Amino acid sequence: MGSPMKIRAQMKGDVADIKILMAHTMETGQRKDPKTNQAIPAHFIQQFSVEVGGKAVVQSQTGPSISTNPVFGFKVKGAKAGDKVVVKWQDNKGDSRADEATVA
Amino acid sequence: MRQALIAATAFALALATQPVVAQNKPAPAATAKKAAKPAAAAPVEEKDAATVEFEKFRTMMEESNPAELFEAQGEDFWKSIRGPKQVSLATSCDLGLGVGIVKGAYVQMPRYFADAGKVMDAERRIVWCMIEKQGFKEADIMKQPFASGSYTPEPTSLVTYVAANSKDMKFAVPLKDPRVKEVYEIGREVTNHRAGPYDFSCNTCHGADGKRIRMQNLPNIATPKGATTAVMGWPGYRMTGGVMLTQQWRMGDCFRQQRFPQPKYVSDTITSLLTYMTANANGATYKGPGIKR
Repeated sequence: MGSPMKIRAQMKGDVADIKILMAHTMETGQRKDPKTNQAIPAHFIQQFSVEVGGKAVVQSQTGPSISTNPVFGFKVKGAKAGDKVVVKWQDNKGDSRADEATVA
Repeated sequence: MRQALIAATAFALALATQPVVAQNKPAPAATAKKAAKPAAAAPVEEKDAATVEFEKFRTMMEESNPAELFEAQGEDFWKSIRGPKQVSLATSCDLGLGVGIVKGAYVQMPRYFADAGKVMDAERRIVWCMIEKQGFKEADIMKQPFASGSYTPEPTSLVTYVAANSKDMKFAVPLKDPRVKEVYEIGREVTNHRAGPYDFSCNTCHGADGKRIRMQNLPNIATPKGATTAVMGWPGYRMTGGVMLTQQWRMGDCFRQQRFPQPKYVSDTITSLLTYMTANANGATYKGPGIKR
């Protein structure tokens, strides 16, 4: 189980502005440990999904080119204050994490 | 190989000279228009295009600062029962405002702690509490005091949590306390001390206005404005490497850059420097844990 995410969801006019900060090493698999000279195994988020008010709004496939502790932001039309935002991710080692927030 | 090196050097030189030209250009114009205004301040105020663009980038990153992740981790460490003595810091550690009180503590440190008999900065106080109250071994904490790779030391997360709880509050180091004042004066002397193979002191780079290293403007830590720039944004999340770093690290690294032997983690020297800088920034509003390139 990964570390908790930080999710911010705020109505700006009729559009919900959603920002997700995920805690993940996002190791590319191409770096070497300077001490042992062995490659550090790849470890990254492969996919994540976002639901707003029970509706899937984002389905993503991500790779090792995404930075450590990545931030994703997007705007959703048709959401309203009080809607529940559910974010789930899964990484290449089978680890996963789900967090919730409410649109403010 | 050799040619490539020369080409690279030439490119680097071209890069290095450009901003100098850009920065100095407006100065004569400004003097011509308003002779009464001191011209010396102009190069500092003038921002080149790269600085402006970088500031835009920084503002964008500040909106979703990964430092928040370390803050959450630090909060967990602060509140949970840990260590050989099985106590939580929230019920045992006094950051100067009473046991367990975190709100506003960061901007009022360094301060004098009677139980330790020393002036301490936030990180040093947290480490002291971990050792004295929770029973952690000093040697274990000293082994790797700074973040590297995916490793983040516990005091780093803790100081991020404590610092975040002073967001939007004004720096108020209690300089009226003679013991703090004494350490402040020592800090001033440390910044003046020239030594090492380069015969550098802190003030070689940070003791005058308008100095620059490559693209970075260097703050003059003797002035309130410069000191504010220097203490703002620490502890900070460094995008290069994705690590959370503290002021203790920053101070140690300054000594390394001067080719000095690095002072010990949470030592008197570092506290005195932090007292000097933070007190010079007294009155400025702290913006919380920051983000660094």
